[in-house]
Amino acid sequence: MSRSRTLIAALWLSVTPAAFAAAPVHEFTLDNGLKILVREDHRAPVVVSQVWYKVGSSYEPSDLTGISHLLEHMMFKGTPTVPGGEFSRLIAANGGDENAFTSRDYTAYFQTLEKERLELSFRLEADRMRHLLLKPEDVSKEAQVVTEERRLRTEDQPESLTSERFNAAAYLTSPYRNPIIGWMQDIQALSLNDLKRWYQQWYAPNNATLVVVGDVDPAQVRDLARKYFGPLPPSELTPPKPTTEIPQLGERRIAVKTPAEVPYVLLGYKAPTLKTATEAWEPYALDVLEGILDGGNGGRISRNLVRGSQIAAAAGSGYNPTSRLEELFLLAGNPAPGHTSAELEQALRAEVAQLREERVSPEELARVVAQAAASDVYQQDSLFYQGMRLGMLETVGLGWNRLDDYVQRLQAVTPEQVREVARKYLTDDRLTVATLEPLPLDGRRPAAPGAGMGHAIR
Amino acid sequence: MPHLKSSLSGLLAATLLLVSSLAQAIPEIQNWRTVNGVPVYFIAARELPMVDAQILFGAGSVRDGERPGLAKLTNGLLEEGAGDWSADTIADRLDQVGARLETSSRRDSASVALRSLTDPRYLQPAVETVARLLKEPTFAPDAVERVRQQMLTALQERAQSPGAIAQDAFFKALYGDHPYGSPSDGAPASLNAIARADIQDFHRRYYTAANAVVAIVGDLDRPAAEQLANALVGGLPKGELVPPPPPVPALAASQTIRIPHPSSQSHILIGQLGVSRADPDYYALYLGNHVLGGNGLVSQLSQEIREKRGLAYGAYSAFSPMRQTGPFLINLQTRNDQADTALQVAQTTLRQFSADGPDPQMLEEARQNITGGFALDLAGNGKLANYLGLIAFYGLPLDYLQTFIGTMNGISLEQVKSAWQRHIQPERQIVVIVGGGQNAPTPSSPTGAPPSPTPPEPARS
Repeated sequence: MSRSRTLIAALWLSVTPAAFAAAPVHEFTLDNGLKILVREDHRAPVVVSQVWYKVGSSYEPSDLTGISHLLEHMMFKGTPTVPGGEFSRLIAANGGDENAFTSRDYTAYFQTLEKERLELSFRLEADRMRHLLLKPEDVSKEAQVVTEERRLRTEDQPESLTSERFNAAAYLTSPYRNPIIGWMQDIQALSLNDLKRWYQQWYAPNNATLVVVGDVDPAQVRDLARKYFGPLPPSELTPPKPTTEIPQLGERRIAVKTPAEVPYVLLGYKAPTLKTATEAWEPYALDVLEGILDGGNGGRISRNLVRGSQIAAAAGSGYNPTSRLEELFLLAGNPAPGHTSAELEQALRAEVAQLREERVSPEELARVVAQAAASDVYQQDSLFYQGMRLGMLETVGLGWNRLDDYVQRLQAVTPEQVREVARKYLTDDRLTVATLEPLPLDGRRPAAPGAGMGHAIR
Repeated sequence: MPHLKSSLSGLLAATLLLVSSLAQAIPEIQNWRTVNGVPVYFIAARELPMVDAQILFGAGSVRDGERPGLAKLTNGLLEEGAGDWSADTIADRLDQVGARLETSSRRDSASVALRSLTDPRYLQPAVETVARLLKEPTFAPDAVERVRQQMLTALQERAQSPGAIAQDAFFKALYGDHPYGSPSDGAPASLNAIARADIQDFHRRYYTAANAVVAIVGDLDRPAAEQLANALVGGLPKGELVPPPPPVPALAASQTIRIPHPSSQSHILIGQLGVSRADPDYYALYLGNHVLGGNGLVSQLSQEIREKRGLAYGAYSAFSPMRQTGPFLINLQTRNDQADTALQVAQTTLRQFSADGPDPQMLEEARQNITGGFALDLAGNGKLANYLGLIAFYGLPLDYLQTFIGTMNGISLEQVKSAWQRHIQPERQIVVIVGGGQNAPTPSSPTGAPPSPTPPEPARS
């Protein structure tokens, strides 16, 4: 077994540099500052169009949490020329798919359409970029919808609730301490004027990136974009005030007691990102380290904690190197029956300690690189994901091409560098721990369950 | 809204042009059998150097018998040891070549899905691994125990989720003692009672050539695809064809089930028996449901519940056809004190839709969404592979993709209305409401059963 492993690892080292190349990206900028990124993908007669705004929950002052997300909902409520609901109806009647999402560092809107319909997307998106009508009755109703969304996704989900409280404990001054959807009291208190100001402040061509991926001609896309977005005036932008997290001065812990059945423990170490790192290689080393712990079913957490000691029923790690501000390197899991959250926490910390003490093996490094190289190809199967990657990198300020050499960067990481970032960042003084402590669900026993049914077809 | 009408005719004209250009883009399905008789469905996609291969067996929870959870446990154990390979070895063999493996178990089918690069240096070790875990899983006692414990934890997670509790109760009430009523994730007593020999027997009986289909999408020519299929399943024993599950008996009476839960929202399910995959009415019902609740924010349920009243984040409806009669289900969640109002609005909307049929313009726009959006469903190997797996498992015609748009265009409003009225009977309805909050009264009869598909992805984050 170990022989074949070495052989395959060697193969990868010789092969990955010639990894499959993605189609080139065409970049344009309109006079009003709108950036346009186009990637051709002619596999199907389809196009995805995304508009990315440089605004998200990390731009919000502490009394307006959730305003970016509520505004995202309001963007479907109409303009003087396109009445409320008409945007979605037109896209649907043209065979399109559409939606939007808000994150900490961006808000994005997208449509997927048959390629000949791209113009419809541009016409509608350009219109609502500067001409949104915000009506009081719509605001109060949509705020209700968002409170229902919050109940569905956070309040009634014990692990999401724990994660929300965890962020609020781990960060003191960073806006990452606030949930993207906002605190319930803030959602209910957001006013029409708050929303109008937020819209005026951030929705402008010079604060946006238009990303188009699909069966298109880049020059035609540029001309079409110029026609619809070109006339929009730019805004004078005031960048958000610096909101860095103050240094952590020791380990923090919180407990979350809520009706639940399954305990959960969440650990996070403050860690730099591509945007915040002073040493350019460090985020790549952290990414490799994450892959060592949780890359595939052969990662150390699955091997040692789920299968080996069987302390965890499920566990994993997470690290997002593309965040705009300092991040948390996460470890989380559910203890297996007969084990406690405390045992699982100790086991996860022991894995981290081992990374601080010992160098990882070349085979483990090769495994992480192999998975990254394969993922690079797999990701090109999705038009949406290709656009997502370009738009997200551009919007957080890294530049859309920042990860073009991603696999080579991972490949350059050494066992010593993995140990170094573990020693530097995965330390007790940078750690926050949250535990979900289940309260009884009225003493009821689990209901009998089931899995999904036959597949769905449209 | 007169301007809608005028823009509509323009849209229709454009759609007709569009359909012909799309038809050429719809990929062709090739079909043959492996040396040991397994049907193979293949679409060549030569642009990206990757391949998706799904192997599906008639080995879902419908085969659980007296042991709810057996199908899922068996499926989950495949990658936990095979031949002389441990779970660690299997994981290493796949991780080292960047391959991805997914096992999953539903009501009708259980499957293994492989995604790999097509370079033989990576593909070959991955295929060898999958072939062996299909044919010679070891079901080692320690792995059985570990996965059993993981499934017990998953049951506990379902018990803290009002949505999962509602799904379970709905399926129990809808299907009763029919095998579709058996909880796919198992139940604590039954999971604890499953012996290793039960799992070995289940595997021997259902993971056979006679009970398998293969779907492949990727950068291969025909000979290479034939070779791949043979390598994956050519070693499986012939086995015996398993008869289809028994027909589903009609629902005797309506039933409303209220289950207290400390959640801040009430999860409301309204549903009944729908149709089987083979029922020719499915397409008319599907088209009609696109108007009622299958088309996101544009659908009537969303309009009435979310857009007009702000009562819920999502309100959807869907038919989920299976080998035998699958469910029709409306799904929404709202703050506890609004539960009765939301239920009433949903029921009224359904009743009116069933009685009056769809609005003509809304029907045309729904049709345009389906036909004009069909190319979107086929854009990408992953999407194609899921479609192909479905076509393969249910034995749908080889020209299914080519004829789908034509089928949709051929359905009249009267056909939709008639199909709807024959199949949707408000007097035979199951309603489940889970919620009530911290002060919810203690349940009189805790109930349990299996769920349906995960609700459609909610609109808007």
